[in-house]
Amino acid sequence: MNVLIMGCGRVGARVATTLDEAGHTVTVMDLNPSSFRRLPPSFKGTQAVGNGMDGPALERAGIKEADAFIALTQGDNRNYFASQLAREVYGVKQVLCRTYDPLRAEIFSGLGLQIFSPTALGASVIVSMLLGDQAAKG
Amino acid sequence: MYIIVAGGGKVGFHLAEELLNANHEVLVIERDPARARAITEELTDAVMSGDSCEATTLDLAGVARADLVAAVTGDDEDNLVICEIARNRGVPRTIARINNPKNELLFKRRGIETTISATQAILGQIEQKLPTHEMIPLLQLHSGLELVEVRLPETAPVAGRSVRDVLLPPESLIALIVDPGGVPRIPSGETRLNAGDVLVVVTRNESMGKLREALIGAIHGLDT
Repeated sequence: MNVLIMGCGRVGARVATTLDEAGHTVTVMDLNPSSFRRLPPSFKGTQAVGNGMDGPALERAGIKEADAFIALTQGDNRNYFASQLAREVYGVKQVLCRTYDPLRAEIFSGLGLQIFSPTALGASVIVSMLLGDQAAKG
Repeated sequence: MYIIVAGGGKVGFHLAEELLNANHEVLVIERDPARARAITEELTDAVMSGDSCEATTLDLAGVARADLVAAVTGDDEDNLVICEIARNRGVPRTIARINNPKNELLFKRRGIETTISATQAILGQIEQKLPTHEMIPLLQLHSGLELVEVRLPETAPVAGRSVRDVLLPPESLIALIVDPGGVPRIPSGETRLNAGDVLVVVTRNESMGKLREALIGAIHGLDT
């Protein structure tokens, strides 16, 4: 699978590394070249400096060949914008968008993207660790 | 009609004024509390301080009964999100200001009406060749020198400092300071730099990055 990841923070670098090790074709984009230090020396994928909200930058990073796009910057709005750009303008089939704000996550999830909210996920994990799985569900 | 204007900058402020004159019910939502206070003086109770990208803010503003939401902030990603939340809450019509003309297609695909201001359209064209609009190359001088315009953002590390305390790259010089009121001054060592000032700076071509770092700070919007 050809995957384009926007944002080489801790999560982005880890996702990129895992997919790369599993034999997928990975490109990681970040505005800041120093973010790529988080990738291990063994990383075989491509590093692209650029803004994922910018069409031409996405094209340079190979969006047209991508089977999947993952938005992992710190900004919910930036992630949503870039994700819709990938889906609506470049026709990427699978688009994952990190959204910290659970309210926004709820709204975005009906709009053609796969949304995951670390805030909601984290909260439910914490509650289930504390009270056990049953209590978390109830 | 009840119209929510998201963003109380120049565009939002003047839009609200016109709409109020036309006897519409208007609420401007502005994120920066200082700016919100400033426009409250003119628009009185038609202003609310808050972040329009938060669904709770829009709910507080009574978005569900709004006939129209106009998202006119300076950030296209924020305007997109504001329109999506508004539609989620059942607003029949949303209009977004787009600051970068390249983004028009995306808004169209999302079914959101757009408008580009002439100034922004021009800026957008220039921006395509520039990293951000806070720093605009004006003129290439001979022997590797360049004349650059730098607009100091709120977050500028040099805001509030005097010129003599600013560590510029080698062979760089602040030649002129234009304050937000449009008054030009030739700076001395004592001159204080303020957010909103526009500086005309002479620097070496290869020092552009360092100059940006010194005056503007790290490029905003970085992922870490």
